Amino acid sequence: MFAEFGINDIWILATASLVAASTSMIGVFLILRKQALIGDAISHSVLLGIVLAFLLTESRSLPVMLTGAVFIGLLTAWLSDTLHRVGKLQSDASIGIIFTLFFALGVILVSLYAGQIDLDQECVLYGEIAFVPFDTIYFGGTENGVEIGPRAFWGIGIVFLIVLLSIVVAFKRLETIAFHPSLAISLGINVVFWHYFLMTLVSMTTVASFDAVGAILVVALLVIPASSAYLLAKSLKTMLWIAVAYSQAAVLIGYSLAYQLDSSISASIAVSAGLLLFATIVILQINKKRKQSQSLMFNVENPVEFKSK
Amino acid sequence: MEPFTLLQPESALSAWDNLLAFWRFEDMNVFWVLIGSILLGMSASVIGAFAFLRKRSLIGDALAHAALPGVMMAFLLFQTRDPLVMFLGAVTSSFIGFFLIDWLPKNTKIKPDAALAITLSFFFALGLMLLSYIQGLNVDNKSGLDKILFGQAAAMTQNDIRLLGYVAIIILVTVTLFFQKLRLIAFNRSYAQTLGISVKFYELLLALLIVMSVVVGLQLVGVVLMAAVLLTPIAAARFWSNELSHMLALSALLGALSALISTQISYLAPAMPTGPWMVVSLSLLFILSLLFAPQKGLIKRYLEHSQLRQKVAEENILRTLYKLLERNQLDQQDFNQADIQALRSIPTESLQKTLKMLCKKHLIESSSRGFRLTKEGFELASQLTRRHRLWENYLNQHAELTPEQVHKQAERIEHILTESQEQQLQAELENAHYDPHGNLIPTQRSSQNTNARES
Repeated sequence: MFAEFGINDIWILATASLVAASTSMIGVFLILRKQALIGDAISHSVLLGIVLAFLLTESRSLPVMLTGAVFIGLLTAWLSDTLHRVGKLQSDASIGIIFTLFFALGVILVSLYAGQIDLDQECVLYGEIAFVPFDTIYFGGTENGVEIGPRAFWGIGIVFLIVLLSIVVAFKRLETIAFHPSLAISLGINVVFWHYFLMTLVSMTTVASFDAVGAILVVALLVIPASSAYLLAKSLKTMLWIAVAYSQAAVLIGYSLAYQLDSSISASIAVSAGLLLFATIVILQINKKRKQSQSLMFNVENPVEFKSK
Repeated sequence: MEPFTLLQPESALSAWDNLLAFWRFEDMNVFWVLIGSILLGMSASVIGAFAFLRKRSLIGDALAHAALPGVMMAFLLFQTRDPLVMFLGAVTSSFIGFFLIDWLPKNTKIKPDAALAITLSFFFALGLMLLSYIQGLNVDNKSGLDKILFGQAAAMTQNDIRLLGYVAIIILVTVTLFFQKLRLIAFNRSYAQTLGISVKFYELLLALLIVMSVVVGLQLVGVVLMAAVLLTPIAAARFWSNELSHMLALSALLGALSALISTQISYLAPAMPTGPWMVVSLSLLFILSLLFAPQKGLIKRYLEHSQLRQKVAEENILRTLYKLLERNQLDQQDFNQADIQALRSIPTESLQKTLKMLCKKHLIESSSRGFRLTKEGFELASQLTRRHRLWENYLNQHAELTPEQVHKQAERIEHILTESQEQQLQAELENAHYDPHGNLIPTQRSSQNTNARES
């Protein structure tokens, strides 16, 4: 199947795999804290951050992009919350108003400066992971440094390490906040700080994944593997592992799907993540039905024994 | 039908010429695009209002994304860009998305917000996958399919516009016909059920209307931003009125206005996608409403708040002066700032400011010996004290609070009790002459007496 499997494919797979691992880990916390929609919103509005950062500094270096995205991401979270409190709007409505505005502004800027920014409308939506290997960076200066691989790979690699480190270091706190928010408050944990910390991680992951998968497919990778894991896992640790496993499976299946159909790699990965989720749901439903009918039969055949239990 | 010719503005002058050309409707297609987009803006805002009231503001977002694979499948299966075929494909896949959003939280552990995000992103990914697959195929007519991502008014054909117009009119007429029932269900679903209204039927009807308006909006606004056209107008209209029919009319107006603005921009600068401009103009209208709406706007609320704070500050000083009078058994009438601050801690700066205000209103007079209440000031101060002490008494007798607990609450309520509430309290506490702390409650008559004695 992979007759011409070369170094470029390895870079693409490695990048996609890191994107999927980072997003699915962050997604676990979004799902547990019922904040899937704010993840959706941030992944849209990050576009504005990227474009503004580029227009202000004319640089595409990772720190600049990260700063712009984190700034706009936190602004989105804060404005949605403020509009909800001050404007007395439902929280999902205020999220919807803010992120559509930011995303619209981002798209308009992209169209206005189409010649100057290395982004176009389609790329915003589904990224171009196939081009990732051609945009390489050099260690020790562009002129005489050593080529060390694609820019997108190193970007998401650094963000992946940040995410992993944050989760390992703050595991206990994040666990308490995710499962017992009110206990966390009474224990004196600064819930507001950790909320914005999580939003910072979401923004960073989104922007580092942007080149590879675009604005909307990031949402798929944020919520879908984590939801699959949510259906199966019994603890935070297993949920994180299962989510990462699902996301890696989605990358592999999606990549071969894209290869077969000659379709967009990132879209195929997101579709595979969805198909895996639906397969999981179907299996769980069948199991549930079987158990129900078993217990029903059991009940009819041996009613006394069932009751004595 | 060919898409109408695009005008390329080179300078501000030619943009102006184009604007004139636009409004002279030299090209009939322009006229129909304008009519179509205004109708769409109106119908989407009206139907979005009901989604908003049912607290499902982002359903439009999910449904618009869910329409994408339907459009692509329809194109793949029938190899045509006939608007009706596309429309039916989109409606089908949006409906599948709608049921999935409903089904997931009911049958699995997945929460409603996650169900929305899952459906939205999965269907969108599927749509993009099909789109990239189609772009790799060697078929005719495939260009322009990607325009439905962000919408392009200039790329619409007459058939598109005709369909858009029909659907928009169907939506507006249906909402008008079933307005009473839809309103009842939106505000009180269970009451509507007990009245024997078939809630299920109307919910399905509403879902169908939402799906239809989302789907016809794709050409104009695009998949990604359709949510805002359903949501932002009603959110803005909410600041202006509490009456549903007014809100609907206003959101229709806002929707039409933003459609007008964005269609023109898209016409003048064809590289510009229409959807984002429509969202930006809607958001501006929203921000204006948020700030300037006459009753619920932020500026009005801020002014009211600071007026209330000013009033409370003034009344607190009046009452302090009254208490000082009472303590000195009316022997001393003039008190300086230190006297006031000894009884009630007020920062000197704000005390001076408030005293100045009170002088201006002739509620107090200042002299070299200090400040004294005028006749009007004394009446107001004794009224406030009466209300304060009546309330303390009421809480003490009827809510069984101890005298220590009642003061703080009375301190707040004294500023907002009305004349009639005061009379009710007086009737309730017929023979109360002293408050729980043993202070005399000034009666209306006694205050007049004191005035008489003063004069």
